[in-house]
Amino acid sequence: MAKSVKVYSTPTCSWCIRVKQFLKENNIEFQNLDVSGDHLAVDEMMAKTGQMGVPVLDIDGTIIIGFDKDKIKLALGI
Amino acid sequence: MHIYDLIIIGAGPAGITASVYAARKQLDFLVISLDVGGQAAWSGDIENYTGYQFITGQELVQKFEEHMRGYGTMLKENEEVLELTKDVQVIRLKTNKADYQARSVIIASGKKSKELGVVGEREFKNRGLTYCAICDGPLFAGKDVAVIGGGNSALDAALQLIKIAKHIYMVNNALSLSGDVIMRRKVEETANVTILNNSSVSAVLGDKFVKGIKIKHGLQEKELAVQGVFVEIGLIPNSVFVRGVEKNQKNEIKINLRNETNLPGIFAAGDVTDVPEKQIIIAAGEGSKAVLSAAHYLLKNN
Repeated sequence: MAKSVKVYSTPTCSWCIRVKQFLKENNIEFQNLDVSGDHLAVDEMMAKTGQMGVPVLDIDGTIIIGFDKDKIKLALGI
Repeated sequence: MHIYDLIIIGAGPAGITASVYAARKQLDFLVISLDVGGQAAWSGDIENYTGYQFITGQELVQKFEEHMRGYGTMLKENEEVLELTKDVQVIRLKTNKADYQARSVIIASGKKSKELGVVGEREFKNRGLTYCAICDGPLFAGKDVAVIGGGNSALDAALQLIKIAKHIYMVNNALSLSGDVIMRRKVEETANVTILNNSSVSAVLGDKFVKGIKIKHGLQEKELAVQGVFVEIGLIPNSVFVRGVEKNQKNEIKINLRNETNLPGIFAAGDVTDVPEKQIIIAAGEGSKAVLSAAHYLLKNN
């Protein structure tokens, strides 16, 4: 079954764009949460990670901060 | 171990342009970089790169990257060079992931944000304290924030935050703001900005996240309640890993007009060097110049 993937991002952060590009290239469906306009999403991200840096990925509960390709691949099993 | 003709360190405007020229020279080469785009990826609006009357830093970097990848260039991303040493015949590189050898190297590792060096800075990094207003600014919607610094990058950060944050304190250790007059005026004329000159930060405070900063103004010390701290006090060159290469007082790598360092086979380009003026277009030009010099060197020392 496909894993649930959430990306917490802002439109202006270059690593966020690269993360999303990477997911698209690998045909991974994901939910994008733009934390710049969404207080609830910011709070959710801060609660999950204890920090405010973007991007953050939530892959079936595995939290990855930043565009760490190796960790993302591992969590996705690709 | 395989010996490359050339290894390019860094994938900002200098490193990427170098890679395009190296590919066209059909060199056996490799690019090693922590990130793609370097400081250009953090730039807001760019209006002085020839060919583009207006482009954002991200869009320009995306175009740079496409150009680089169009040649099938091997890019080792997320990899940091920790040591660079030169033997008689070969240059050795040690990264956080592997060892490499090359006949020539171009150092295009750029600059990074200078740290404040105060209590709480490391602890609260990404917990309210950031060095990248364009990346993290939008997270501080409706909050009170402090921008530390008084030069162009601090003004740029303040201007971006004006539309987002509730109130902005500019903490500047000089007697007045420096930087471009146009930007300075815009900041000074904005109602939700308070400029605190002749003031320096002595500590960053908080629990899980930033709650304030301690400011020194002369002999007085006071606390300022803010949820965000944007550090914009300048840049330092990423040149620590380079041994035996001459640097100036600012730790920039000294180069001549041909981008040669004092060590034959080791070239440098862009913001990490002592080239006067740090601009995207200058870094790009320097990157191309460095490869042309390296190609000459390789031919001569074949």
